[in-house]
Amino acid sequence: MIERTPLLNFATHAILVVGLVILLLPLWIVFVASTHDFRTVNTVPMPLWPGSHMVENYVTAWTQSGFGPKMLNSLVMAIGVTTGKIAIAALSAYSIVYFRYRLRMVFFWLVFITLMLPLEVRIVPTYAVAANAFRPLQVVLDVFGMSWLLEAVTGLRLVLPEWSLLNSYSGLILPLIATATGTFLYRQFFLTVPDELLEAAKMDGTGPLRFLFDILLPLSKTNMAALATIMFVYSWNQYLWPLLIVTDPAYGTAVMQLQRIVPGPLFGEPPRWHIAMAGTLIVMLPPLLVVVFMQRWFVRGLINQDK
Amino acid sequence: MADILIRNVVKSYGRTKVVHGIDLDILHGDFVVILGPSGCGKSTLLRMIAGLEEIDAGEIAIAGRVVNELEPRERGCAMVFQNYALYPHMSVAENIGYSLKIMGIRKAERLERVAAVARIVGLEEFLDRRPAQLSGGQRQRVAMARAMIKEPQVFLFDEPLSNLDAKLRVQMRIEIRRLHRRLGGTSVFVTHDQVEAMTLADKLVVMNAGRIEQVGTPKEVYHRPASLFVAGFIGSPPMNIMSVEKATPGLARLASGATLQMPWLDTVPESSLRLGIRPEDIELVAPGTPGAMELPVEFVEELGAGHLVHGEFEGAEFVVALPGAIEVVAGGRLHMRFPPEALHMFDAVSGLRLDGGEKASGLNSGAVREFA
Repeated sequence: MIERTPLLNFATHAILVVGLVILLLPLWIVFVASTHDFRTVNTVPMPLWPGSHMVENYVTAWTQSGFGPKMLNSLVMAIGVTTGKIAIAALSAYSIVYFRYRLRMVFFWLVFITLMLPLEVRIVPTYAVAANAFRPLQVVLDVFGMSWLLEAVTGLRLVLPEWSLLNSYSGLILPLIATATGTFLYRQFFLTVPDELLEAAKMDGTGPLRFLFDILLPLSKTNMAALATIMFVYSWNQYLWPLLIVTDPAYGTAVMQLQRIVPGPLFGEPPRWHIAMAGTLIVMLPPLLVVVFMQRWFVRGLINQDK
Repeated sequence: MADILIRNVVKSYGRTKVVHGIDLDILHGDFVVILGPSGCGKSTLLRMIAGLEEIDAGEIAIAGRVVNELEPRERGCAMVFQNYALYPHMSVAENIGYSLKIMGIRKAERLERVAAVARIVGLEEFLDRRPAQLSGGQRQRVAMARAMIKEPQVFLFDEPLSNLDAKLRVQMRIEIRRLHRRLGGTSVFVTHDQVEAMTLADKLVVMNAGRIEQVGTPKEVYHRPASLFVAGFIGSPPMNIMSVEKATPGLARLASGATLQMPWLDTVPESSLRLGIRPEDIELVAPGTPGAMELPVEFVEELGAGHLVHGEFEGAEFVVALPGAIEVVAGGRLHMRFPPEALHMFDAVSGLRLDGGEKASGLNSGAVREFA
């Protein structure tokens, strides 16, 4: 719908500007807070105009909390989760769309239903599995009497080794990889690919794997970019899961580290908001850059299928 | 030799049978066109030859090998699709050479063969482009080049020209014909366009409702349609059909009571018949000539080289095609005569052609319609 009346134009712009201000105001306050010294930041009311301690605060934030290695950890986790999510999503959607097997739709709906369960809901069982990744298998073996059978036949007691994911990159990454959103996005994309393409590929002699790698995946590049952008930001911002699974500071992530800056070095000291806010802006930077660089692809992937 | 032998092939989707036991021999080097209205099962039949649809019953053999259980790539066929089905993310050269890449042929040889095929279809300058940057005709050529590069024994065409504009369609038709002669394989071409079918085919297969109505050269099918369906389907405008009853020997009585002289009428046993006559076979006569029929002219379609006169005759629409020199106006009357040798007779019940003593055309009907 295109209407051109000055009044309507003004109104729409006004609404846009108001919305933008509401969105940006907290960010502005974060920025302003990061440029004042300890005393000014803790006065009430806090000034709304930047101060003169900006460089100093950022340097303190960076050096005191050791963001270097933490950022690296965050990056490893975010890239790992993003790659894993895309791989799993593409493969499961491929199976659901292109293969006919029993219970196909049941599996699809099972995946789909997990959209409704946020990480927080399944955090306890997930932690239990992460503490020993072989435990579910052991339970299955025990419940169905297979360990008993093995013991009776061979006299050996089957005890699977413990495989702990706590304090490791795999523990940070693996439990976050399953993705219903990605699977759904990929499924919708695969459904738009014309059947003739598959038939032409069959006539050319491709098998299922070649079709996936030579034709479907290259066609889904924009989709992949969109998914990667969303998932990178999502996994970079993970807080609760890393907090639970990581106790060794060597695996701490940048977002976890933020919470450690807030209180002052001495107990009972007022919070050091100026440093914390500087840290916040530093931690925001990588996802921001990813969004800026991927924006073109991102929008194309979500809006129109480039075919 | 890449003969395709189709034996009693059946296909159903769920409980609906779409192909009812088809038998067809396609000999090596033939250009066979399968023609029929949409939904008649012609594309399904083609896709069964290609291996894209499973064969529910019966047998298809290509070059002496039963292919029912073979994968499409093992059948030695190449196919050109209606919407080209080019890979949008690959260049023209990659599109054409993709099947060679899968076969594991080295890059140098691949490029050489791609270039050779591109030269044949006139695409040398476009090898680096993407399909989206090509016109419809060029895309069609890429699709053909992609089919040709494997040097298949059998080419399958699934309505490949229906997305092109009229002028390009004529041009591509000629090119396909030329390629067929040059490559010397067996071609099976599916279309619903009878002009395309008539001009391309060595052998025309007319299908309707999952059955073959007639197999023959385009000439045979046009001049000796094997059934009422073929008579009405082939030819534009279609054949005029009238119901007649056998009257006194040698005379057929139309519904209105008028009679037609038909010397060989007595040789067929049926008494209730359908008569057909092509619009261009009707002769004009002077008013008052014995046996002349009258047609009130409703309107005239001007075609340039001639015109089509529409009117109502015996309660049904009736068309007469006349050369441009004859002036006819709407509201007037046409006096016409049906030359006995131009009349086609069909059984009113089964719709099958009935041949009387007349064999004037000397053509052998290729009717294979089954009676089961």
